[in-house]
Amino acid sequence: MDAEGKFDAIVVGAGPAGTTAALTMARGGMKVALLERGEYPGAKNVFGGVLYRWPLEEIIPKFWETAPLERQIVDHRFMVMSKDSGLLLSFKVDGRGKAPYNGYTAIRAKFDKWYASKAEEAGVTLATSAVVDDIIMKDGKVVGVRAGPGIENELYADLVIAADGVNSGLAVRAGLREPPSPDQVALGVKEVVELPAEAIEARFNLRKGEGTRMETMGCTHGKMGGGFVYTNANSLSVGVVILLSHLMELKMKPYELLDEFKAHPSIEPFIEGGKAKEYSAHLIPEAGYKGVPRLYRDGMMIAGDAAYLCSYPEGTNLAMASGMLAGKAALHAKKNNDFSAKTLSVYHEMMNESYVIKEMKRKDSSHTAMLNNPRIFGLYPDLINEILADVLHVNGETKTAKHKRAKSKFRDKVGLLRALRDAYSTRGMAP
Amino acid sequence: MVNSVVCVKQVPDVAELRIDPMTHNVIREGVPSILNPDDRIGIEEAVRIKEKHGGRITVLSMGPPQAKAALFECLTMGADNAILLSDRAFAAADTLATAYTLARAIKKYRNDFDLIICGRRAIDAETGQTGIQIAEQLDIPHVAYVKNVELFPEQRKVVVKREVEDHIETIEAPLPILLGVMEGLNKPRLATLREIIRSKNKEIKVVNVVELGGDLNLYGLKGSPTWVAKVYPPPPKAGGIIKSGGTRETVTELVKILVEKKLIN
Repeated sequence: MDAEGKFDAIVVGAGPAGTTAALTMARGGMKVALLERGEYPGAKNVFGGVLYRWPLEEIIPKFWETAPLERQIVDHRFMVMSKDSGLLLSFKVDGRGKAPYNGYTAIRAKFDKWYASKAEEAGVTLATSAVVDDIIMKDGKVVGVRAGPGIENELYADLVIAADGVNSGLAVRAGLREPPSPDQVALGVKEVVELPAEAIEARFNLRKGEGTRMETMGCTHGKMGGGFVYTNANSLSVGVVILLSHLMELKMKPYELLDEFKAHPSIEPFIEGGKAKEYSAHLIPEAGYKGVPRLYRDGMMIAGDAAYLCSYPEGTNLAMASGMLAGKAALHAKKNNDFSAKTLSVYHEMMNESYVIKEMKRKDSSHTAMLNNPRIFGLYPDLINEILADVLHVNGETKTAKHKRAKSKFRDKVGLLRALRDAYSTRGMAP
Repeated sequence: MVNSVVCVKQVPDVAELRIDPMTHNVIREGVPSILNPDDRIGIEEAVRIKEKHGGRITVLSMGPPQAKAALFECLTMGADNAILLSDRAFAAADTLATAYTLARAIKKYRNDFDLIICGRRAIDAETGQTGIQIAEQLDIPHVAYVKNVELFPEQRKVVVKREVEDHIETIEAPLPILLGVMEGLNKPRLATLREIIRSKNKEIKVVNVVELGGDLNLYGLKGSPTWVAKVYPPPPKAGGIIKSGGTRETVTELVKILVEKKLIN
């Protein structure tokens, strides 16, 4: 910071997007301030999922040797649930492999702190308990940020990168997007349940240090959403995610949904005897490709959740990818000493060519269907479970009769044509 | 110019403290640490004095390495540098040993002080003795329970208002002096963005027992004549008596009870 409170760039939010952007710029020789509202990076985080190796490995090679990670993910599970039964698919890979693994569970309160310390090592000035509430404009250009009254609360820079999360007050202030509508965000509620490592490994059939990620559908009363269980070193992250507007229609409290999920016969044995350590809730961007706003304006870019660059269940890695490209765009602008929208548009162009936007685009085909088609999260999971329960139940009745009944149930409740249409409209849900 | 030393303590957030029902010990694990509230008032007062008269503010604390967080907070409020006295040898100190340690550090590192400010008391043990004992060890005057401070650096004096039971005393005293400050003196500020950033470059010096020197028998547990017989939660309050009915009857009954209990004649 110079005497006038100026940096080359200011990044707001020390999450994966912000820290990556700050790190990238600092490595390119820029003077960067990274401002975090929490007491430490990760303090405000709720994430309890998988951190994929890509693109973090590009930023910090061999990060798995030093980063605080929980378990390497070798088991991908997907469960289709009804009220009291569940069909579980498990795909196991990397089981006998060696590091590096494709993904790791992480507790972001620890990980973000570590990650931000890497940015500090690269020369970034990290300030915590720094609550930025506005951008400073001059001649239609973003020139800084403000954290309270008076000049002492103002910082200036050629460039501001807002990575301040899903509610991104700064992106809204800059006119790049609106505050999230209930159709654009899901509410995630999560409990961390403490269990001994051995119990986790026994319950999920894992070797020491290995982990499972499990996504479920059919636990949200037909509404868009699902449940999850992730294995940490000594705890499980258990939660339910539901589109906010659908939760409002459901007229249920989020914790009631979570309690139902935890009490489900397919989930309860995993967490039995565990001690609930913390409970938290957070909004998750669910705006789809069409919801992604313009990512830049004069003197400013937005990245990560702030730009809705999240595609459940991926988010942290997408945030890092966007932070990295924002950082690269910043270096390009610095080289040309031009931070105008025209120069910064290279960021959006690079994003369009990236995995992030391409993947969001692919998934977007199913977004409308998931939003409006109640069969997907209600009827289908129920029907699959109902048919399996009937067919697998041995009671003297011939299987031929049961198969016939299954077929007519399917025909009555859905029909082949409609099922094909639903399958096509949700093809973006394919992993 | 007024050079001040502010003594602070990182304390557990008592709002989050629990007592183990079996052992009656305070459960410290998992309780967040904060800057002691009265000490925050001390920092604020020192910064205000500095803004008015100039000078330098050193924050001093004794505690484990994580107490750096509390010291950093003091720096973001406007203190210039910080010293953390951290060593196993300092552990389990009572107020006497703590005062010895802090006084020794003040003599060694900031003997040019005009003013020492301490919070009235720490919210964890609430003894309110350390500040006074520092003054005694340094052989300087002190005033406790200070709610107003006016400095006259040219005349080398201070006029303070001190709150006692039922009145307020106005005291004029010479510098250097130690003041024990309390709630009501000021409203501590929020750190500004630029001061947070500037504080990244301010020094937090960590000092161990070897560097501090002194008599090893006067530090920590060895130097602490106080012993704790027992820690226990206060007994829960018994439920009160609630009388209902008309005003006349209830008041008559109330008076009867008070007379019976010999609380009124």
